[in-house]
Amino acid sequence: MADIEIRNVYKIFGHDSKKALAMARNGLAKAEILARSGCSVGLNDVSLKIGAGKIFVIMGLSGSGKSTLVRHINRLIEPTSGEVLFDGSNILDLDAKALRAFRMRRVSMVFQSFALMPHRTVLQNVVYGQRVRGISKADARAIGMKWIETVGLSGYDAKYPHQLSGGMKQRVGLARALAADTDVILMDEAFSALDPLIRADMQDQLLQLQQNLSKTIVFITHDLDEALRIGSEIAILKDGQVVQVGSPNDILDNPANDYVARFVQRRQARPE
Amino acid sequence: MTAGGLPEQGTVPMFPDSLNLSIRAPVNDFIQALVTNHGWVFKAISGVILKAVLFIEWILRGLPWWLVILAFMALAWQSSKRWSLTIAVGALLLAVGVLGLWDLTMQTLALMLMATLVSVVIGVPIGILVAKSRVVRNVTLPVLDVMQTMPSFVYLIPALMLFGLGKVPAILATIIYAVPPLIRLTDLGIRQVDGEVVEAATAFGGSPAQILFGVELPLATPTIMAGLNQTIMMALSMVVVASMIGARGLGEQVLNGIQTLDVGKGLEAGIGIVILAIVLDRITQGFGKPRTEDARNG
Repeated sequence: MADIEIRNVYKIFGHDSKKALAMARNGLAKAEILARSGCSVGLNDVSLKIGAGKIFVIMGLSGSGKSTLVRHINRLIEPTSGEVLFDGSNILDLDAKALRAFRMRRVSMVFQSFALMPHRTVLQNVVYGQRVRGISKADARAIGMKWIETVGLSGYDAKYPHQLSGGMKQRVGLARALAADTDVILMDEAFSALDPLIRADMQDQLLQLQQNLSKTIVFITHDLDEALRIGSEIAILKDGQVVQVGSPNDILDNPANDYVARFVQRRQARPE
Repeated sequence: MTAGGLPEQGTVPMFPDSLNLSIRAPVNDFIQALVTNHGWVFKAISGVILKAVLFIEWILRGLPWWLVILAFMALAWQSSKRWSLTIAVGALLLAVGVLGLWDLTMQTLALMLMATLVSVVIGVPIGILVAKSRVVRNVTLPVLDVMQTMPSFVYLIPALMLFGLGKVPAILATIIYAVPPLIRLTDLGIRQVDGEVVEAATAFGGSPAQILFGVELPLATPTIMAGLNQTIMMALSMVVVASMIGARGLGEQVLNGIQTLDVGKGLEAGIGIVILAIVLDRITQGFGKPRTEDARNG
């Protein structure tokens, strides 16, 4: 179980990040900061509390900073300013070795374009996290086979990624994250590259898994339907700022502003 | 007097003498000092390289000719899994023997293997550093340009002064000429590795060494092998130049042929070099092909 808290995180991309950070703190708009300092604001004063054992969805259009935000949770990206607390301790204080241990044991990740290692078999991909930890081949194999079966890929363990379809590849990505046996799984647009039917299947499977395993899942998507379907809490991001946080019903019933309302309306306008 | 009706030239220097600054004397002094004061260092290096190359030569010339051919055929099969190439390699090497060039070819091959070996030991780590560090990259790339364009005789002469006549300066000159493509392609190969795959390895807690050896180098191997292939080809093109400073082998035969106007002899040795090039090229190219058809798209 792990509670994640993101506190006042800013991320500025560019050379003159100090100047841009001051501008962002003074409330200047993203476009104006870009024009004045040449820096792009990725995240602007983001604070979020992500409770343990739930699926927390971060939603936004492309460029809203959602992929940047999720990479702060395992420090693939370092914030320009702010804190990321994991069970109350700031992970930005970890040194390189402690950070590796943290990534091995506490948080794993599923990527939009799968990010499987093309030179390794399905099994070798799935047990990567275990092998990096120094677990023996035989022990890792048993764990890997179990998760390959769980995601429905029995019999494919010796295949290479290029021999699989997109949906199967992402099942491997999911099995890899599950096999790492971490409390938290980050899913960066994990199902966005899949076609609609397979996507619905994967969503079902994720919900099923979540019921059995009760992990903390941080799920990134640009699709409101997906967010409503799987999320127990949803945060909506725009231009690097959190616009609204709430349960799916909150979002549908009380959109915080026009931006959120437009998402909701578009959805309601569509025939079910 | 005017040349072709143009005004006379030469009374005024074309470039003012007062701006002349020659680096000739300091460079000469430096090399001279190096030879007198630190000659033993170079002698020691020279001794090690010479021993190594003589050892390789001793093996290659000690083995029966048919065993060498079989070994090359086995390599060709390993690399390509094609019978046609395997048989062609055997036939080509047989032709070398029939032309009476076997011994010379083995000497050249030993030189090549040594130069290639040292090139790999130097080139791959430098290539990795170049890919990883912007500073190293900015320093190294211009140096590589110099190494590839500087006429080889310019560094052959100091190499001669430092290491004496024979195989060692030949190997060093060959390395200087042949290592740049390996460095460049190692760099390219590492940088071409899919960033998301490296990110995934990082996200699961891989250490820099685990990522380098477990992900980046395996995925860069086809490109690195292409670099190795280029290195071997460039090394072969140095064989004749190397023979001018006393390296034995096919190059010497070519030189001999030219000097005595024995065109046939020169051609024979030339064919030997070409055959060696084809054989080594095809074998390394085979190893460079990714094992799976589109292994790059995970």
